[in-house]
Amino acid sequence: MNEHMTTADFEPYTTADGRRIGGVMMDLRNITLRFGGVTAIKDISFDIREGEIRAIIGPNGAGKSSMLNVISGFYVPQEGEVWFRGKRRPALRPYQVARLGIARTFQNIALFDGMTVLDNIMTGRLTMMKSGLVSQALWWGPAQREEIEHREKVERIIDFLEIQNLRKTPVGRLPYGLKKRVELARALAAEPSLLLLDEPMAGMNVEEKEDMSRFILDVNDEFGTTIALIEHDMGVVMDLSDRVVVMDYGRKIGDGTPSEVRNNQAVIDAYLGVAHD
Amino acid sequence: MIYREAGDFKTTYQADSQTFPLRLDRLGYYALLAVAFLVIPFVVSDYWATSVLVPFLIYAIAALGLNILVGYGGQVSLGTGGFMAVGAYATYKLTTAFPDVSILVHVIVSGLITALVGMLFGLPSLRIKGFYLAVATLAAQFFLIWLFNKVPWFYNYSASGQITMPERTVLGQIVTGPATPAWVKYIVCLTFAVSLAWLARNLTRGTVGRKWMAIRDMDIAAEIIGVNPLQAKISAFAVSSFFVGIAGSLFFAVYLGAAEVGESFGINKSFLVLFMVIIGGLGSIFGSFAGAAFLVLLPVFLKNVLVGGFGWPTDLAAHIELMIVGALIVFFLIVEPHGLAQLWRLTKEKLRLWPFPH
Repeated sequence: MNEHMTTADFEPYTTADGRRIGGVMMDLRNITLRFGGVTAIKDISFDIREGEIRAIIGPNGAGKSSMLNVISGFYVPQEGEVWFRGKRRPALRPYQVARLGIARTFQNIALFDGMTVLDNIMTGRLTMMKSGLVSQALWWGPAQREEIEHREKVERIIDFLEIQNLRKTPVGRLPYGLKKRVELARALAAEPSLLLLDEPMAGMNVEEKEDMSRFILDVNDEFGTTIALIEHDMGVVMDLSDRVVVMDYGRKIGDGTPSEVRNNQAVIDAYLGVAHD
Repeated sequence: MIYREAGDFKTTYQADSQTFPLRLDRLGYYALLAVAFLVIPFVVSDYWATSVLVPFLIYAIAALGLNILVGYGGQVSLGTGGFMAVGAYATYKLTTAFPDVSILVHVIVSGLITALVGMLFGLPSLRIKGFYLAVATLAAQFFLIWLFNKVPWFYNYSASGQITMPERTVLGQIVTGPATPAWVKYIVCLTFAVSLAWLARNLTRGTVGRKWMAIRDMDIAAEIIGVNPLQAKISAFAVSSFFVGIAGSLFFAVYLGAAEVGESFGINKSFLVLFMVIIGGLGSIFGSFAGAAFLVLLPVFLKNVLVGGFGWPTDLAAHIELMIVGALIVFFLIVEPHGLAQLWRLTKEKLRLWPFPH
């Protein structure tokens, strides 16, 4: 067992607002990621617990997005291990990671512009749809039934995120804030156990941020989805998250509850700068 | 006013996901099918059937196939002519080796064989994209044509190097060979075109189609939601080649009757079908038909006007015709880069209000 995990970390507990936080779901152990001579992530370990909202913060270029890319399988770290649900995860392709129940959104929206909102969200359920090429080509019983079954699930998410009026709109025509919401919907459609959000509120105004925060809390609360998010808005991060990892220049400089992190001297230095004498 | 969706409510997801959600569209489609199957075969002249409708339907099938690959799957291909040749030669070999099996079966099996060949030549798409992939498929085009020219086994060692379609019957009716009545050719091609369009529609509205479009629009995001790029791209190549193979098979067996590979399935054919897809509209079933109609009908129309109407010499008319078609292609692409299908969509949006301004 790694030294950063004490037995206390495994104790399930209930938060002040009544959400249940379980054991460790994803455990990142001594991750190091290099691109040629550049070390993007240097020996970072942290864990994500069942049911919690875990934030990753840090200044620009700290390696936050690289960390998320390691979790979702885009990058394979040179050193270190990724443990998921108590098992070491081998190097997988991103689509294989998706099948483990890990979904994500992107910092720069990565929707399918040529497809409607409904089709975009339906793609979130691709891993669960099993009917084969021939039965779909003929559109007979099983293929059609499956399609309708999944459509019902998707409609629930559309309701949940309040985008009923946009169902048949091509995604390319939507404004930025709504695109972000559709992207969240697509990730939710996969019914993930772990949801990764890369700057879900970047470029939003206060109202849109409030909406998005509410959706994130609701997702966590209603579906019990574990969430790991990267965000720059400190107010949002401190309000939303149960625990925060702080990164700077590829290193972990802080880890703990929002109030612990706020009072951490290394974190204050990284954000406010240090006087060099 | 007349064309509208008000009052057309859907109460089930099944009703909401049908091909023509509007009642008016649906009725129009059924009427069109009824005319195509029940009226045209009895009134059509031999000239119209053999030199206009049959090539239009066959090219529509090829355009459908290429549209699946380019328009839905986002993979560029310049190998259409080569894949059509595979369909044609497969049919020839099959029907000469097993004369007793129905020609319709042979046509479908030829499509399947072409699908396999297409999958093979689709493998580079896993590594390369865009123009580079286009060049790789160009290799398929030249290799396949060379192969059918070079290996005498493919044309049964005939002295001319041509393949000639023997006479075959379906339910006692001659469907291939010189003695085939024009309306039979038309019905055979129409049946294939309509059924294949239906298959294409089903594929593109379901999971398979979403996988293709996801890869087309953003391959990284597609992978992150669980699309296996290998499977998606190769299945697009397979389905596309199946359609193109059937088009090639019909082109040889029903339309031409005899074919020489370089002439009938050369690089020109690849470009022609690609133009049809682009002009008709990428990612649209209707667009495939519209594009094929445009490029098959326009030359016929121009020839009739120039030679028949103005009395110009045939050779002059042929050159002018090429220039006009070329200019029109440029014009259409500037006015509406998304093709005829998009024009049709815009027309329908306008019709919702017409004749009132608001």
